[in-house]
Amino acid sequence: MSSLRITGGTIYDPANGVDGQVGDIWIVDGCVVEAPSEADASADRTLDATGLVVMPGGIDMHCHIAGPKVNTARKMIPDDKRTAEPVRRTRLTRSGSGGSVPSTFATGYLYAGLGYTTAMDAAVPPLGARHAHEELEDTPIIDKGFYVLMGNNHYVMKQVAAGEPGRLKAYIAWLLHSTKGYAAKLVNPGGVEMWKSGGGNVSGIDDTVDHFDVTPRQIIRGVAAAVEELGLPHPVHIHCNNLGMPGNHATTMETMTSLEGHRAHLTHIQFHSYDGDPDDQSTFGSRVSELAEYVNSHDNLTVDVGQVMFGNTTSMTGDGPLGYYLHQVTGRKWFSGDTEMEAGCGIVPIVYKQKSLVHTLQWAIGLEWYLLVDDPWRIAMSTDHPNGGSFLAYPEIISLLMDRELRRDVLAGAPRAVAEKCTLMDLDREYSLFEIAIITRAAPARMLGLSHKGHLGPGADGDVTLYNPDKDIQRMFELPRYVISRGELIVDDAEVVQDTRGRTLHVAPDYDLEAVDHIQEWFEQTYSIQFRNYPVGDHYLENPLLVPTR
Amino acid sequence: MSTSEASSATEASPEVRVIKDATCTFCGCVCDDMDLTVVGNRITKAKNACVLGNSWFLNHHIEDRPEALIDGEPAGYEQAMDRAADILLAARFPLTYGLSDTTSEAQRVAVAITDWIGGIVDTTTSVCHGPSGIAFQGVGEVTCSLGEVKNRADYVIFWGGNPAESHPRHFTKFSLMPKGEFVPNGRKDRTAVLIDVRKTKSAKAADIFLQVKPRRDFELAWALRALAKGLELDASIEETTGIPLETLQQVMDGMKRAKFGVILFGMGVTMTRGKHLNSEAILALARDMNQHTRWNAKPMRGHGNVTGADNVVSWSTGFPFGVHLGSGFPRFNPGEFTAADVLARGEADAALIIASDPMSNFSQPARDHLATIPIVVLDPKLSDTARIAEVAFTVSTYGINTGGTVYRMDDVPIPLRPAFESPYKSDLEVLRGIESRIRQRQLADPASDA
Repeated sequence: MSSLRITGGTIYDPANGVDGQVGDIWIVDGCVVEAPSEADASADRTLDATGLVVMPGGIDMHCHIAGPKVNTARKMIPDDKRTAEPVRRTRLTRSGSGGSVPSTFATGYLYAGLGYTTAMDAAVPPLGARHAHEELEDTPIIDKGFYVLMGNNHYVMKQVAAGEPGRLKAYIAWLLHSTKGYAAKLVNPGGVEMWKSGGGNVSGIDDTVDHFDVTPRQIIRGVAAAVEELGLPHPVHIHCNNLGMPGNHATTMETMTSLEGHRAHLTHIQFHSYDGDPDDQSTFGSRVSELAEYVNSHDNLTVDVGQVMFGNTTSMTGDGPLGYYLHQVTGRKWFSGDTEMEAGCGIVPIVYKQKSLVHTLQWAIGLEWYLLVDDPWRIAMSTDHPNGGSFLAYPEIISLLMDRELRRDVLAGAPRAVAEKCTLMDLDREYSLFEIAIITRAAPARMLGLSHKGHLGPGADGDVTLYNPDKDIQRMFELPRYVISRGELIVDDAEVVQDTRGRTLHVAPDYDLEAVDHIQEWFEQTYSIQFRNYPVGDHYLENPLLVPTR
Repeated sequence: MSTSEASSATEASPEVRVIKDATCTFCGCVCDDMDLTVVGNRITKAKNACVLGNSWFLNHHIEDRPEALIDGEPAGYEQAMDRAADILLAARFPLTYGLSDTTSEAQRVAVAITDWIGGIVDTTTSVCHGPSGIAFQGVGEVTCSLGEVKNRADYVIFWGGNPAESHPRHFTKFSLMPKGEFVPNGRKDRTAVLIDVRKTKSAKAADIFLQVKPRRDFELAWALRALAKGLELDASIEETTGIPLETLQQVMDGMKRAKFGVILFGMGVTMTRGKHLNSEAILALARDMNQHTRWNAKPMRGHGNVTGADNVVSWSTGFPFGVHLGSGFPRFNPGEFTAADVLARGEADAALIIASDPMSNFSQPARDHLATIPIVVLDPKLSDTARIAEVAFTVSTYGINTGGTVYRMDDVPIPLRPAFESPYKSDLEVLRGIESRIRQRQLADPASDA
């Protein structure tokens, strides 16, 4: 038994209603415990946190850090890596490359260095699940997992079209078992299949998908209901149709209403909140106000933002037709990768420029979302790393949320039309540290259904980040004084002092075993590998953490 | 590592066992539908295997060799791992090379070792489809898994390769014969084109054979790109490429009419004049065709897990091959940090060679240098490189004796189901032994910067 006492810190633990109170945290064998009642109780180690800000470890609930798509991007962009600060080998830690798509070891150390102890990859094709797990095994320190692409899966679409909710539910459960994934993900449901079969896309949620006689609306509704019935810890995770298209706010609103009260998480909502005419970029604008109002009044919904930050990055998505669109718009190198029966993928390097009207509006629209959703428990911080920017931009975003003058300074240097096409200039709201702790820790943990994460009460993982209070908010969050993972000191003053292996979070919902025959029959007719070689064996997860269904 | 998967696959009988859904690692097809009949330490039947797979499985036997050789003398594993760690730790510029015929689990440890000792890690990619990797960095790639080809492709171009002999089941399992979801009549629904400098056995399988003049692949790809864009070409293109303009136009018309096309290209493209420029032209052609209909391109990878090597080196370092870790972080520069070039310049002062035989296929200057430096070799056979090694480990054969993961040429990871146990350690076990020795000594040495 090893114990750690963190004394005298100023604690922000929103899940337990602690807003800047000074207190102690006790961690025994990696978990937070009640403070001992004896006055003279002592711990093996004590960390003096006097004067420091104490928060639970950060949680990134939507990023792209492992698997076929991410690794393809790494192979594709030596130009990006050439100028990026590398992660140097130390006596204890491996080396790696940085930039918009860091190597696996670098990813783990960089997240830890930022005070983040959990990160979830948002889009893995089932056929690439084994690959994703291999990479996650080489991603140190953080706890991690991934969401499984299902929105263009042929079996899913066939069962929805056939009106077979039982088979759909069994398949989703079987697929999560087989991949050792964490949640069901929809990416441009139906639209990616249209791209794969003929280079097209859907234009809205009521288009019919060629060959499958099913609409995005039916897929969304069917999977949302199945996920709810399975009692998965995280509801269906939706990347809506028409990402990035001017005028796509209507599709986003229809997607939200199509859920008919079922729980859902809408991801990188910033990219789905645009006004305008798809054929005329000058009409581009924000429609956050009405979308945020809908979210405010419908508590079945949560969102993460997908904040755009200025600079070079890499767009990577399971949305194949979006990749083609970005290639056409930017003229830059393009990867497209279609996975049989399951999914697509697009990768294009991208630069977000502050002098661009569209890019600055995207930046502003992201901030509008943070500021217009009333309840911080319903919105999580994300850049959709690396799509809107690197996760390393989180401290900068925090500073923008906590300081309205800072964002107005940026707007002052932006094209004048930006201020007219969104409400950001008029938004006075400034986040408190307590609210920051919600959108970066407590809320994503709750959205993911992780009762042991995102807080510092008894039973929580001993994941703690301690910051030096600083008027320069960005600097404060960029350089945590200490980072503790499961009771072990990992980062001391920006140096990784211990290399640990995090756990892989996955789910294993119950399902009807008799449904497997039907799945197998379809599989054997269609796939290019053997059915028995599809499921990911237990040995791929050295340190698994099975999260129970409800 | 996947022996647990293998146990359930065994139809138990004291003498004859059948391993179902085993995986053949001989070529990049990584066929995972082998039913292996195993009697003792021999595979007597490999159902579904092609001629290459049959030879791979049926000729496999456990050689009676020492666990290791040190300076040519028999030695045990422990002693050999100690000596290997000595060599690698003493080196100032160590090179790790090979890796394409071992599991991704072993590849991960090989990269770890190279990182800890600050060496170069390179794979056989640099001497096969390395130019395609470089081309990829220039223009990207529009590609798909082989099941997409099986289910959708109605126009298939094989370019600079002879799959009938190099990847014998590619036609029947993925690209030509199978009946797919959107090509229900199989071969009848597909048009097949072969482009090569000579009429190989693969020509019989194609509807159209285009005999390109040697070293004119680049020009041919650009001619097709021009036709794809609707530009007019001069009839002299026949003089340049060896193919009449009319034929090219017919092929382009067919390519545009197709619903789903794919170009599968081989080393005839990457290892001829132009190298990465040829790959880039073909990748760009497939990309351009998406303005008309769906087209994809894919390199036909050779070694069983060369694709895994690309993946492992990429996720560990950020770069696919030819990675220099000597400055304490990864740097990439093909030509500078690729094994054949490093050795030919006489630069490395020790080498760790895994599942590869550079002494039998590198240039004379590279071999000359390799013969002067201490090398550690892991190979199931006594290869030419193993013969001159200071430490040569005898290891078990992946896919036949050891489990693990292999990446098919389309990046699909597939588990291995070994047929029977070998008395020898796997690459993974030996490399872990070396890594732990290196780490123990580095951590015990306060002066070590690693």
